[in-house]
Amino acid sequence: MEHELHLCDLPVGSIGKVTRLLAIGLPRRRMLDLGLIPGTKIECVRRSPLGDPTAFHIRGAIIALRYEESQQILIKPL
Amino acid sequence: MKLTHRSSEKKVNGRNNNIDFSDPNIKIIALAGNPNTGKSTVFNSLTGLNQHTGNWAGKTVTHAKGSFYYRNQHYVLVDLPGTYSLLANSVEEQVARDFICFNQPHATIVVLDATCLERNLNLALQIMEITPHVIICINLLDEAQRKGYFIDLNSLNIQLGVPVVGTIAREGKGLEHLKDITYQVVNNLITPKPAKLIYSSDIERTLEKITPQLEKLLGERINARWVGLRLIDGDQSLLNAIYEHIDTFPELKKESEVLKHYGETKQSNILG
Ligand SMILES: Nc1nc2c(ncn2[C@@H]2O[C@H](COP(=O)(O)OP(=O)(O)O)[C@@H](O)[C@H]2O)c(=O)[nH]1
Ligand SMILES: [Mg+2]
Repeated sequence: MEHELHLCDLPVGSIGKVTRLLAIGLPRRRMLDLGLIPGTKIECVRRSPLGDPTAFHIRGAIIALRYEESQQILIKPL
Repeated sequence: MKLTHRSSEKKVNGRNNNIDFSDPNIKIIALAGNPNTGKSTVFNSLTGLNQHTGNWAGKTVTHAKGSFYYRNQHYVLVDLPGTYSLLANSVEEQVARDFICFNQPHATIVVLDATCLERNLNLALQIMEITPHVIICINLLDEAQRKGYFIDLNSLNIQLGVPVVGTIAREGKGLEHLKDITYQVVNNLITPKPAKLIYSSDIERTLEKITPQLEKLLGERINARWVGLRLIDGDQSLLNAIYEHIDTFPELKKESEVLKHYGETKQSNILG
């Protein structure tokens, strides 16, 4: 798919749409439970001073994801 | 049922807990919900000072238990840890799942944040997969109104198939109704019929194959379809919990290896 990015590469202030999850097993389950199903809008709100974790706006809540997690989430920037 | 300081030393989520499940005069009600939905506020207004906190057996997770009377019926309310899911990604989720799954409360009230329903319904749907005895409490209705949201409780009730009560717990609004609905559910005056979630055809086909066998193993006590879904997920922690609770399910013990086998093969078939 064109323009697919890893969520970790989404710049602060921009919005993307989830296209795929690369994780499997429990980490995948956790992402789904956070509301990260394909088609979900996700906004990168801010990055912590050391660059990790990063706060995202997902379905009405601000949720911090670690690099290992956001790297496993593919999005299409909007 | 004793609510003493000693209760925290006893096993809460196992056979030796201090909640007397065999006393037909006591109805056990679990209170579940995402963090910050007003669960404790609901708990406090229902139980008043009649409550007690401690730790779940062997866990650092705290629990609160309290009791109240309604229409001459004695209720014990158990405040479960606030979680987004019951799929046991954390100790909190495990505690909540095990209580609902193995202790089988007479009803589970799921408290949802009216301003964030989409996120909160995930947990509600998961609980409705485990047990039909569910009451949905949509709290923070004042906040929702402030944000201009209109929550159609009636339509939610029809779509979910379980009773839905709107509350503003901080102002005590809707709690009498919540007690009344709880009374009706535990006395079988209302029979919730949770809407069944249908999965993709490969998952449904696998479930069709394994559910009848699981039903034989699990009997009426744990929902076989739900266990089947967890096995397909490769959820080892549920299998472990089933083994742990096996003394309450003697008929399962000899078959537990079969369950384990399902978990391993289905996981590799579907994810591998
Ligand atoms: N506006 C409003 N606030 C509420 C309501 N119910 C609870 N709260 C507040 O929401 C916050 C979280 O409540 P709490 O009961 O601790 O939530 P818990 O994490 O689910 O146990 C507290 O500040 C409560 O006073 C409500 O119906 N409306
Ligand atoms: Mg609380």
